[in-house]
Amino acid sequence: MKPDVLRVRGLQVYYHTPLGAVKAAEDISFSLKAEERLGLVGESGSGKSTLALAILRMIKPPGRIEAGEVWLDGQNVMTLSEEEMRQVRLARIAMIPQGSMNSLNPVMRIQAQIADALRDHGVRMTKRQVEERVRDLLQSVGLKPEVATMFPHELSGGMKQRACIAIAISLRPKVIIADEPTSALDVVVQKQVMETLARVQRALGASVILVGHDMGLVAQFVDRLGVMYAGKLVEVSPVRDVFTKPLHPYTTLLIATLPSLEQKGTFAGIPGLPPLLRDLPPGCAFHPRCPYAVDRCRTEVPHLMEGRPDSWAACHLLS
Amino acid sequence: MTTLIEARHVTKIFGGGVFDRNATVALEDFSITVDSDRPSITAVVGESGSGKTTVARLLLGLVTPSRGQVLYQGQDVQTMAHADWRAFRRDVQVIFQDPYEVYNPFYRVDHVLTTPVSKFKLAATKAEARALIEDVLEAVGLRPEETLGRFPHQLSGGQRQRVMVARALLLRPRLILADEPVSMVDASLRASILGSLRKMNLERGISIIYITHDLATAYQISENIVVLYRGSVAEAGDVELVVKQPQHPYTQLLISSIPLASAERTWSGESASAPAIQATGATGCKFADRCPSATPPCLQALPPLYQTAPHRAVACYLYQSAPALATGEMVSVFTGQATLKKGISGQPGSPGEAQHAGV
Repeated sequence: MKPDVLRVRGLQVYYHTPLGAVKAAEDISFSLKAEERLGLVGESGSGKSTLALAILRMIKPPGRIEAGEVWLDGQNVMTLSEEEMRQVRLARIAMIPQGSMNSLNPVMRIQAQIADALRDHGVRMTKRQVEERVRDLLQSVGLKPEVATMFPHELSGGMKQRACIAIAISLRPKVIIADEPTSALDVVVQKQVMETLARVQRALGASVILVGHDMGLVAQFVDRLGVMYAGKLVEVSPVRDVFTKPLHPYTTLLIATLPSLEQKGTFAGIPGLPPLLRDLPPGCAFHPRCPYAVDRCRTEVPHLMEGRPDSWAACHLLS
Repeated sequence: MTTLIEARHVTKIFGGGVFDRNATVALEDFSITVDSDRPSITAVVGESGSGKTTVARLLLGLVTPSRGQVLYQGQDVQTMAHADWRAFRRDVQVIFQDPYEVYNPFYRVDHVLTTPVSKFKLAATKAEARALIEDVLEAVGLRPEETLGRFPHQLSGGQRQRVMVARALLLRPRLILADEPVSMVDASLRASILGSLRKMNLERGISIIYITHDLATAYQISENIVVLYRGSVAEAGDVELVVKQPQHPYTQLLISSIPLASAERTWSGESASAPAIQATGATGCKFADRCPSATPPCLQALPPLYQTAPHRAVACYLYQSAPALATGEMVSVFTGQATLKKGISGQPGSPGEAQHAGV
C-alpha cells in the first residue's frame, strides 16, 4: 500500500455574491496516493475547477475557502504564509490550468518562460545549465530542442500544451493537477498530449489529479475516478468499478449520456437541470432529478460512505 | 430522385488575390446531396480546420464558392431570384454552435421566436402566434410557461440551445443545418438536444445536416457520414460501415484516438503513427505527411474517391482497384437514395455500378 501524498479534508469554498453565497465546493474529502492518478469529472458548474484551485489556495475574491485542510506530505498547506504557499506551488504541487496553452506569454521565447519559473523558485543556474535543463524538459514532453527558441505563436496547440506540461514538471513536483488539459485540442492531438502527461508522470513518480468534463477521456487515464455534482463529491471509486457497478444514481445516469461507438441508441440525457449553487435543494442536491429518490433524500444530506471496499458514494440508498 | 440541396464540386479559397500569396484552400471539390423524398440525417465530421464551418456557410449561401455550385431544388443559391431566396431562407434553417452569442441580452427569449412569426406572417392573430410558439417549445421538451418571458441569462446553455431548435422548427423547414449544436452543452443535456433533432427528422420529416467534430455523437444520430480532412473528403458513406470498419488511414487514426468511456481501456500503447515517407509540397494526398502507409504516388495528386462498397467511398490510393466515382456520374454512396458524386480523374463508372449502388 502506497502512502498518501495529498489528503483533502472537509474543504469548503463559497463565492460570495450579492444574491447569496454560491456553494461551489462543500465538505470535500479525499486522498491521493503516491503515483496515483485520480480523475475528477462533473458537468460545468459542479465545482471541479474550484476544487483544483482551492487545493493550491488560488481562489480569488469573491471566493473564499471557508473551511477544510489540505495535507501535503504531512503539512497542512492552509496554515502556510502566502510566501511559503507560493514556493509550494510549482515546486511541490504544479498546476496545468484550463486553457493554459493560451496563457503562455506571446512575446517571450519558450526557454525564457521555463527559466523564469525556475528562477522564481530560487534555482540558481548558469546560462548553459538553464539551456541544458530546458532541453531535457522539452525532450521529456516530446518536443524538439529548437522549440526552446521559438515563440508561442510558432507552435501548434498540442505543442503549446506540451510546453505547459514542461513548465509544470520543471521542479519535479510530487503532485500535478491538470484542469481540462486537452480541451480545445483535436482528438488525435488530445491522445498524444495525454500520453505525454502519462509518460512524464511515470518518469517523475508524481501523482496526478485530472479534472475534466469528458468522462471517456478521464477514464482512459486515471486509476480512480471521483464524480462531482453541485459542489459535492458524490462518488469515488476505482475506474473499472465506476463503469461496471456505479454506486451513485448520478454516476449511472452520467455514464448513460456518453455516446458509444459500439452500438447505436445507447445514449440518453438526464431529465431536469443541475441546481443553482446558491439555491440548492434541501437534502441530496440530486434528488429532483433522481429516479430512485425517497423521502429521506429530500430532507437529509447524504455523506460519503463506503459502499464496497475502496468505493465511496454519498447516497442514502447505500445505507 | 429529386434533390433538396446539393453541393457540386465546391471549392472555396479564402484570400489569394493577385498580390496575396497566402491563399487558403478551405474546401476542395466537395460534393453532397440531400434527397428531398426521404428525410435523412447526414453528418459532416472533421477536426478544427477541416472545412466544416465552410461547408455550413456555403450550403446556407453565406459565402460564394470559388468553384462549383450549391443548388437548392435545382437552383443556384447564389443567383436565385428574390422570391426563391426568401423561400430558401425559410426552408433551410440553421442552428449555430454558441447558444450564448445568438441572443441579444436586452431582449427576452420570446424575441427570437416572435420575429420569424411576424417576418414570415406565420400567424394571423396573437393567440395563434402564441399557440404556434408553445407547440414548437413543447416539441423540443421545454415548458412554455418556464421559458417565455425570460431573459437569455436566466436560461441554461442547454435550454437556450433548445429554444434555437424550436425557432428553427417554427418555420416548418425542409432542412436543418446544425453546426456543432452541442459542443458547448453538458453531457446530460447533449443527448436530449440531439434527441430532439432526431425526433424532428422522424416525426416532421425534416432532413438534417449535422456538422460536428465528435464522431461518437455523429454515429449515434446519423445514417450517412462524410469525414473531412483539411478541406477534402477522406471517406464518405453509410455510418455503420465507416465507423465500424474505417478504410481511410485518417479515419482509422481518428477512431482509434477517441477515448471511449468503458471499463476496458481502449487506448493502448503509444500512438506511433510515424509517416512512412517525407511529404513535400502542397500537391497530393493531404494526409500523406502523417500517413503510415503513404507511398510516392500519394504525393503526386489528390486521390479521387474510390467506391469500395455500394454505400461508401474512400479517397485513398490503397483502394485504387475499386472504381473511382466519376464526374457527373450519379453514384449512390449514401444508403438508398442520396448520392454523393465526385471525381477528378479515372474511368467513368460502368453502368452496372450505378445499379448495384441503388440497393
